[in-house]
Amino acid sequence: MRRAVDQDRPSISFFINGQRFTGKLGDTVLTAVLTQAGHLRTSEFEHQPRAGFCLMGACQDCWVVTEAGPAVRACSTLLEDGMAFVIEGLPGT
Amino acid sequence: MSGRPSPEIRPVVVGAGPAGIRAAEALVAAGLRPVVLDEGERAGGQIYRQPPAAFSRSRKALYGFEAGKAERLHATFAALRAHIDYRPRTLVWNAVPGELHVMGDAGPATVPFSHLVLATGATDRIYPFKGWTLPGVFSMGGAQIALKAQGCTIGETVALVGTGPLLYLVAYQYTKAGARIAVILDSARFTDQIAGAPAMLRQPATLAKGLYYVAWLKARGIMIVNGAIPMAAEGTERVERLVWRTPAGEGRVACDAIALGYGLRAETQIADLLGCRFSYSAAEHESLPASDATGRTSVAGVYIGGDGAGILGADAAEAAGTRAALALCEDAGLGVDGAATGALEARVGRWRGFRAGIRRAFPEPVAADFALADDVILCRCEEITVGALRAACREDGVDELNRLKALTRIGMGRCQGRMCGPAARALLAHHSGRSPGDVGRLRGQAPIKPMPLAPMPLVFDEAKP
Ligand SMILES: Cc1cc2nc3c(=O)[nH]c(=O)nc-3n(C[C@H](O)[C@H](O)[C@H](O)COP(=O)(O)OP(=O)(O)OC[C@H]3O[C@@H](n4cnc5c(N)ncnc54)[C@H](O)[C@@H]3O)c2cc1C
Ligand code: FES
Repeated sequence: MRRAVDQDRPSISFFINGQRFTGKLGDTVLTAVLTQAGHLRTSEFEHQPRAGFCLMGACQDCWVVTEAGPAVRACSTLLEDGMAFVIEGLPGT
Repeated sequence: MSGRPSPEIRPVVVGAGPAGIRAAEALVAAGLRPVVLDEGERAGGQIYRQPPAAFSRSRKALYGFEAGKAERLHATFAALRAHIDYRPRTLVWNAVPGELHVMGDAGPATVPFSHLVLATGATDRIYPFKGWTLPGVFSMGGAQIALKAQGCTIGETVALVGTGPLLYLVAYQYTKAGARIAVILDSARFTDQIAGAPAMLRQPATLAKGLYYVAWLKARGIMIVNGAIPMAAEGTERVERLVWRTPAGEGRVACDAIALGYGLRAETQIADLLGCRFSYSAAEHESLPASDATGRTSVAGVYIGGDGAGILGADAAEAAGTRAALALCEDAGLGVDGAATGALEARVGRWRGFRAGIRRAFPEPVAADFALADDVILCRCEEITVGALRAACREDGVDELNRLKALTRIGMGRCQGRMCGPAARALLAHHSGRSPGDVGRLRGQAPIKPMPLAPMPLVFDEAKP
């Protein structure tokens, strides 16, 4: 995922495996993570990296686990300041 | 015209896209106050999707040729807000007669209805191929949403794979946004496109836009390969390469992202849960809720309009949404202008003719399914392979889709067969020697989508046996 247009928006912080990252106001969780990391989760059975697919809430491939416990559907959840995710296979796990 | 509507009439509209907004508008004009439910953050539906508030691009930049229509639809909705009970971020996850079960900002709730308009739109029609689960492979609609709603492209060097007009539109939009298009791989042959042209002349302006995009892309030297079948998305951690095959041989190109889509398929689960009769459309290669030109389904009080009733596009969706709401008004004993309903039906009819041309120009890629190797993952939710389906067909003699589902769990995962359904059906038809219409269809089941924010165990356990 590469930022292309309309990117002049205020920055907000979030965390992946305890490390701080910067996203932008209006980013979905998917955009914020995938513009800086390769995947969102690993698959349940084969443990392969997954990074979403449909971006419209249909495929359910983009669930990300939060530090607090619940999972969020990354393509349809807006990033909020201070959100913290746990992503297997990225630095920090 | 008859008098004021009775308080017994409690209309609900599901979907705030072109069809749902026009339906709500007609209901308000008849003196009703509909509940409008949409799981999205903002109204507009797919084509006129509005980015989150923090974005500032103009409508012209967002919607191109369709900016005027987008503006009119958004303005209509803004004017309706005071006259409807609009609930955004509200997912309808179950439906029983007279009642919808929703999950919204305030948690779970039930929404009673006397009359229901379904305007749930569509999602991409997908045919899997080897490597399609790698990071960097997205649906065609997803690639467009990334740009429209997030100002992002799915990669720097993007391959577009599938068929349909959206391929060329996305290529155009991506090039303008600074991405490089590695290749456009269209399963349709050039001869298909010629064959579809006469019917598409019924909407000359739309045909002209399509031809404009293709000419624009060709003038920039962008590679377009017709009659091609994708063989593999290759890479270790993410996509690095796309390999394809044509009758002339194999091709490959380096890329860091792939958009995949063979047109659209209707979202029909709510009609299914409510017991609407379905019939198989050979032209559309899918089972659709039976409905007449007015938008009435087989269940009294349930109406349907827009792409959720069968793909006809956004302009038709607006007309069909209005028509379905007027059918509701007729059934509720509110007076309706007969000339207006006739004109709306004629408008939708013209788009039906155009759609027939599209289906000839960009036909279903039937041959692609059978070329799939046994180790290709068909179900990305539960990682069920093509080989597992073939084994069930061979060893257990399965010839019906829900039997195949029971044996292999295909279509039982979190996406409920939205991504694997068309391919599973085609594969089963091929191996059982029956027609796709005869192998049955995957039935909708509640919850039709997992809850948007759920405790981890709940989400992942419900997909287990
Ligand atoms: C990703 C994508 C991109 C597209 N791009 C183009 C394009 O560029 N040009 C073009 O001409 N056509 C495009 N199309 C087709 C076009 O969007 C449709 O023809 C048009 O939007 C149909 O309008 P509609 O009102 O029927 O459905 P939609 O616009 O899809 O609206 C349906 C609405 O229903 C809501 N909904 C669905 N299910 C539920 C539920 N269970 N609970 C709550 N809400 C629900 C959705 O959130 C959505 O807002 C695209 C389609 C898709 C899927
Ligand atoms: S990417 Fe498909 S549901 Fe989020």
